[in-house]
Order: sequence, then structure tokens, then C-alpha cells
Amino acid sequence: MKKENFLWSAVKTGLIFGAIAIFLCFVGMVEVFSKRDVIEEIITLGQFVLLATMVSAGLVASRQTSSLLEKNTPVSNLVAGLVAGLLTGLILALLVVIGAQINLRAVFLNASPALYKLLTFDKGVGNVWILPTIGAVAGLIGAAYLLLPQILSRPITRSIFFVIFMALFSGLFRVIMINQGAGMSRAAKYIFGQTGVTSPGALIFFFGVILITIFWDFRGKAIQSGIASLPKGGQLSLRVIAIIVIVLIILLLPLASGPFIAQVIVTVALFVLMGLGLNITLGFAGLLDLGFVAFYAIGAYTVGLLTSYGPFGLQHIPFWVAVPIAVLVSMGAGFMLGLPVLGIRGDYLAIATLGFGEIVRLLAGSDFLAPFFGGPQGIIGIQKPCLGLLEPFVKVDVPRICNGIELGKPQDIYYIAVASALLIAFAAWRLRESRLGRAWMSIREDEDVAEALGVNLIQTKLLAYMLGAAMAGLGGAIFATLIGSIFATSMQLLVSINVVSLIIVGGMGSIPGVIVGAIALIGLPELLREISEFRYLLYGMTLIIMMITKPEGLWPSQATRRELHHAEVEAGVKV
Amino acid sequence: MRTSIGERLLDLAVSGVLWGFRVLLVAGILIGTIATIRAGKYTSEQWIDFVVFGISQGSIYALIALGYTMVYGILRMINFAHGDIFMTGAFAGYFLATWLNGTGFIDNNPVLGLVIPILFAMIVAGGIAMLVERIAYRPLRGAPRLVPLISAIGASFFLEYAFRGFFGPGVYAYPPIKALEGEWNILGVGILKVQVVVAIAAFIMMAILYFIVMFTKVGKAMRAVSESKDTAALMGIDVNRIIVSTFALGAAMAGAAGVLYSLIYRQVGFFMGFTPGIKAFTAAVLGGIGNIPGAMVGGLVLGIFESVGPSLFLEGLGIPRPYQLKDAIAFTMLVMILLFRPSGILGERITTKKA
Repeated sequence: MKKENFLWSAVKTGLIFGAIAIFLCFVGMVEVFSKRDVIEEIITLGQFVLLATMVSAGLVASRQTSSLLEKNTPVSNLVAGLVAGLLTGLILALLVVIGAQINLRAVFLNASPALYKLLTFDKGVGNVWILPTIGAVAGLIGAAYLLLPQILSRPITRSIFFVIFMALFSGLFRVIMINQGAGMSRAAKYIFGQTGVTSPGALIFFFGVILITIFWDFRGKAIQSGIASLPKGGQLSLRVIAIIVIVLIILLLPLASGPFIAQVIVTVALFVLMGLGLNITLGFAGLLDLGFVAFYAIGAYTVGLLTSYGPFGLQHIPFWVAVPIAVLVSMGAGFMLGLPVLGIRGDYLAIATLGFGEIVRLLAGSDFLAPFFGGPQGIIGIQKPCLGLLEPFVKVDVPRICNGIELGKPQDIYYIAVASALLIAFAAWRLRESRLGRAWMSIREDEDVAEALGVNLIQTKLLAYMLGAAMAGLGGAIFATLIGSIFATSMQLLVSINVVSLIIVGGMGSIPGVIVGAIALIGLPELLREISEFRYLLYGMTLIIMMITKPEGLWPSQATRRELHHAEVEAGVKV
Repeated sequence: MRTSIGERLLDLAVSGVLWGFRVLLVAGILIGTIATIRAGKYTSEQWIDFVVFGISQGSIYALIALGYTMVYGILRMINFAHGDIFMTGAFAGYFLATWLNGTGFIDNNPVLGLVIPILFAMIVAGGIAMLVERIAYRPLRGAPRLVPLISAIGASFFLEYAFRGFFGPGVYAYPPIKALEGEWNILGVGILKVQVVVAIAAFIMMAILYFIVMFTKVGKAMRAVSESKDTAALMGIDVNRIIVSTFALGAAMAGAAGVLYSLIYRQVGFFMGFTPGIKAFTAAVLGGIGNIPGAMVGGLVLGIFESVGPSLFLEGLGIPRPYQLKDAIAFTMLVMILLFRPSGILGERITTKKA
């Protein structure tokens, strides 16, 4: 096969990345991100995103050159990177020039003067040549990066990522550190600015991580083997210490960080609950349920109806009694919805369950069932959980008084949510290792073979639905109590999509994966307002990229990893 | 075979619940219909209005459903992003039509003013669908079935929120076409011109598509590939090219449907594709997925059901504001078809097997 000319391939790469850069501009990312700094007064997040695009152009072009040319010299790599980066910059410059002539804003909202100002660094259209220059330099850097030996490139990558990470969360860390007293507060102000890290902070992080990485590169193996050579008791106590530290962090986090962070973590914990539930139906049993939000809604409405002191409250029973009932009701709903769809397989199942979820939402929000579920007004006045005895119910719209500790604040719900999540995670882990768990995985792989081997399909699938539904119901119940009210409009398909995405990202069938996925997909966008605007755009992108490059997820379960790489191992390829 | 009593009971429960669903549904429809007709709240003219609206809406669903059906026929995958391709077409048509409207072109040439945005929408939607196929689907050929479905869900959200970023979260109003305002009097019944024109346009598009699939070389190749990719490849057909052209053709139909839809509802927004997309999928399943005439029939049936249903059987059951549950009717139909006749009206049985 005739190979492509490496210059032509670099041109193509440049054009593609130019298109990506324009996409980022038009979708509004560059402008919104410019409100945040990576390093204060040096580079904004918006500039960084464009710069990263240019560097990637150089990187990709350089990599392609290496694979196209049999005997490539560093010079050809650098030339390819330069060409690709230059083209990316040129395309952006072209955008500015065209934008100055034609009003692109009639179509694209974000093609605004503010964007052009950003792209020309506030210096007017005359200085548009800056962009291609930066592009060329960035492309060169990208290409050169590929040529670096790993011992150098890895620490650099890590420290850059670390600086960005610290910059993104600077607000969070700043608040936590300032709350810790005067000394910490001064340190915080030295390292973190209002919208990003300060330049001394960036330098500290950058070189700190480089040093640690280099140290680890030289000494890590020795430390690891040192731990491995410890006696069994020593290893165990190390593990116990690690677990205690993690538990302490979990317990103290909301106290240190204040109500906002606590609320975010509660949301994460709720999604962990739902994720663990869907992980049973989707991850273990392989049944894609896009109507998962229906069970969440059922759990929430059950708790709402049972505990609310508003006009729709039925029983006015305490939270602690209502939650098990809600879980049971959701389980029953899982049974009822699971029964009919048993015979449907694969992608049809996804659509059928999606239909179910939408029907539940439409019914709950309709005037038809409004006498029971409040219709569009929803259910309000859900009683907060109470440690102690509740005064008897007096009349509508008057909360019952709690003789004891009322767990009303997000911080309090946090502990309930985390405790439930831990409990459920443990249950899910035991389930996976059980006979039932193995039966689930066998029907995920092949229903016919599983049936032939004596797995009762109906029972197994129904149990997958019911247990998944029960966990979602628990999540919904806690959610209803946290918010204090329920509206049918919050039971959107997007919730199901969130849960599916976090499972996919974390790794199907993997329990730590669910937690990682929930933190990445739910926690990060909640903490970063700038990103939350592009949340679903990024989700969509993530789903596609994950499916193409890493279908097993970030933290795959052993079984999935084995399956997916089975062929490679057999073929003798190193994994 | 060894079956315990418990298992038999479970089987019994399953079929009992299924039969319960069927009986409930049929009884509900019958009782509601009889009650409504007895109450005589609506005149026959109103019923004709409902049906005409159902036909024009159904023809749009049919047009979108064609894309689902064709892609499913060839790749055995649900193109979840198809509803959003429909949305991209609506946006493309909207921007061109607004521009043409500004120059007074639409007022002077109403026919061209209708046709040109449709053509443009077809081109844009087709182009975007080809990109989506190239980026999100092609690398996943031959992967387990859930993998491309999830990728398609990702593509769907990506498109929706990319367009939200481009054009904002608001809703745009499609420019009015003066020639389409008002009613035509057909056999003593006044029928909105827009609805007639939309239905006719949709039928023309469907006829064109049917012609392409049945009587051109590309169409023949598409049918061959949907029978068997490997055999088709052995016969010298470039399978990849045929798949791409299937996507483009289906997407072009969806793009045209987007413009027609915005002619009726006059609203263009980033999330407009979701519900029609699911409904069109329902239509495709209703008619038997993989079956082109089936998609057309399914679309019409669904459209009429949805437009007549709330007044016909929900109101009779004493449900207040039944139109709120219009979408619920479509979703119920979807679930019911998948449960009881996954083969659809004209199709073959494929939900459980032929994977």
C-alpha cells in the first residue's frame, strides 16, 4: 500500500484541528472559559483550551509522521507539527478576518465581538497574525514533546495536568484552607487567586509534581517491593490505616467545606446509589434500562406522599419508616415493569424502558393524576428526618416538631446518603460474587447459553430489575428528603442518561467504577460552573470517545477487563 | 425438562400480567370511545380536523421513521441521534428561510420559498449524519450491540448541546409563508392549508425515497447490503459507501421533515428532535422495522392515533385535559407494540432473534 505524504497528512490534521478550534469558539466554550484563569494574569482557561488544541494538532501530526515515514528524522516530525499548528492558527485567524467583514452573529450567537477580542488579544484585527504564530510555536512544542524521552515527558505531563486541576478547583481549596485559620489562610492567598492559581502557586505545583514524579520513577519500584515484602500483618495494618484515613476524610469533609460542597457530595452520593442500582441491571445483567429514572421517581414520590405535611401527605410517618416502604414500593415497581419487558432484548429493551420512564413522568405531572401527585405543582413540605420522637401531625402545611436532632441540613443528609451508598456498595459487591451475580453475568454474555446451563432467565432478570429499582428508589427517597419537595419535571430522561453515562465512564459492572464515574460526571460539573454549562455536550463526547477507545471504562471490573483483552492475550500481544 | 412449581407459578404470573395489560388497554380504549361518542361533545367536522392534523403530523413521523428503518435494516442498530439530525435540518431550514424572508423572496415565490429551505435542510442534515457516522459509528462496526447504541446516545446529546451552544437555548419562530395561511374548503370542511401542503410534500419525499431504494443502482445495493454485508461485498459492492449513503439518505429525509415540522409548529429549538425522534422510532417499529412501506404506514397510524386519541378515548374516561397525555399515548403504543407484536404491522419478528 502506498503511504501518504507526511506533509499532506499534517495539512489534514491541521485542518481538522482548525475545525475543532472553530467549533470550540462557536459553541461558546472559549468565551465562557475565558472568565476563569489557569494561571492568574498569564493564561485564561479559554486561551488554554485553544492552545491545547494547537499543541494537540502538532502532537498528532508528529505521531502520524512517525508512523508514515519508515526512517523519520526529528526534523520531519517538527515540520509536520509546525504545519499542523500553523494551519490551526491560520483557520482561527481566518475566522477573525471573516468575522470582521460579515456578521456571523446572525447565525452563530457566540461569534460575538467579545470572541474576536479574545482571539486578537484585544489588539484589533490588524494584529491577527499573532494567532498563526502562536499556532506554529504550539505545534512545534507538541511535535517536540513526542520526541522527548519518557523519563522527561511523563513528569511534565503530570505536572501540567496537576496545575490545571488545582486551577480548576482553586475556589474550593481556597475556601477550605481559609477556613483553617490565619496561617493556612495566608498560604491559600499566596497560592490561589480568585479565579485560578497565582504564578508562584503554579511554579510550586509544577516543580513539586515533577520532583515527586522523578522521585517515584527512581524509588517507586523499591517502595512497592518494600511493601510487598512486609509480613502479612504489616500489609494488613497498612491497608487498615488507608481505609481509616479515607473514612475520616469522608466524615470530616462536609464539616471543613461548608454546606455548598456538602450538597454537591450528597448529589454525588445519590448518583452513586442510582449508579450501583443500574450497575446491577446494566453492568451485571447487561440490560440497558433508559427508564431508570422511573424508579427514582417512584421512591421519591412514595417518601413524599408518606411523610409530607403538605396538602398531598397521606400518612405523615417518620422518614425512617417511609424509606424502607419506598424501597419496597420501588422494588415492586421494578417487578411490574420488569415482567412485561422480559422477552425483549438488547436495544429494543432500551427504547421500551425509555418509553416507560417517559410515561411515568408524564402521568406524574399530568392534571389527570394531580389529585394524588400534585401534578405540575408537585409535592412540597416533605418532613426532614428526625433522630428522636416526632410530635403528632397537627394540620396541613405545619411541619411536625422533632424532639431530638433534626437532620435537615445538607451536611446531615450527607451522612445518610454516604451511609446508604456504602451499605449498597457492600451489598452490590456481595451480590456480584454470589451465585446470582454469576448468573447475571452469564446472561449478559449469552442468554441462550446461560439458559442451557440451567440459569432461570425469568427469575434472574426479574431480580436484576427489582434490586436495581430498589437502589434507585432509595436514591429517590433521600433526594426527596434533601430537597424537601418533588416535581415531576425533575424526573427527566436526562437523569437516566446521567446514570448510564457514569456507569459507562467508570466501567460497566465495576463498583469502584461507579464511584469514580459519579465523582467525574456529577461532582465535577457541579463544582465547576463554567463546565456545567457544557455538561451534556461533554457527556455526549465522553460517551462516544469511551465507546471507541476504552469500552471497559476508567476503572473496569476484573471480568470485563479480562473479556475485552482476552483476544490480545491469546494472540500473545502484551497488554 | 425439570421445572419446579415455583417456576411454573412465575411463568403463570408473567402471562397473567401480560394478559392483564392487554385487557385493560382494550377495555380502556373501548369504554372511553363509547363514552366520548355518546357524550357527543365533538362535531364530525372536528373529528375530520383531528384526522387531517393526524395525517400531516403522521406523514412527518413517517418521513423521520424512514431513516430509522433504513439504518436498522442495514446495520441492525438504533440510530438514537436520528431525532437530532431532524433538528439540525430544522435549524438549517430556519436560517435560510429567515434570510430569504428578509429579502422578500418567499412572498414573491412561495413554492421556491418552501422548496429551497427544504433542499438546504436535506443537504445539511445529510452532511451532519455522514460526519456522525464517520466519527461515532464506523469505528464501532462489529462491536457488541450495546456499544454503538451508547455511542449513538452520546452523539444525540452532543448534537443537541452543540446546537444549544451555537444558537442558544431559546426557541426561534419559523418565518410565516403567506401563501400557506388560511384554509381550503374541501367538501364543505375547512382544512388548514399548511397541513395539506405538509402532508403532500411528505408523500412526495417518501415516493422519491421509495423510487431510489427500489429502482436505482444505489438502492439495489442498499437492499443487498441489508440482506448480507459479506455477500454484498463479494458481489463488488463498496459496503462502507452504501452505509454512508444510507445514513445520508435517511438523514436527508429527516432534514426535510424538520422543515415541514417547523412549518406546522412554527418553532425551532435545540431539544425539538427528542420527542419526534422517539415517536418516529415508534412508527418504524409499528410498521415493522427494516420495512420501508411499513415505516410510512406506521407513521400515519401513529399520527392519527395521537391526534384523535386524547379526545376519543381519554376524554371518555373522564381524564381532565387529555391533550397533556398526547405523548403518553405514543409512548404507550411503543411499549405495547414492543411487548405484543414486536414484528409490527408489516414486518418480521426480529426483537428477540436475528441479532
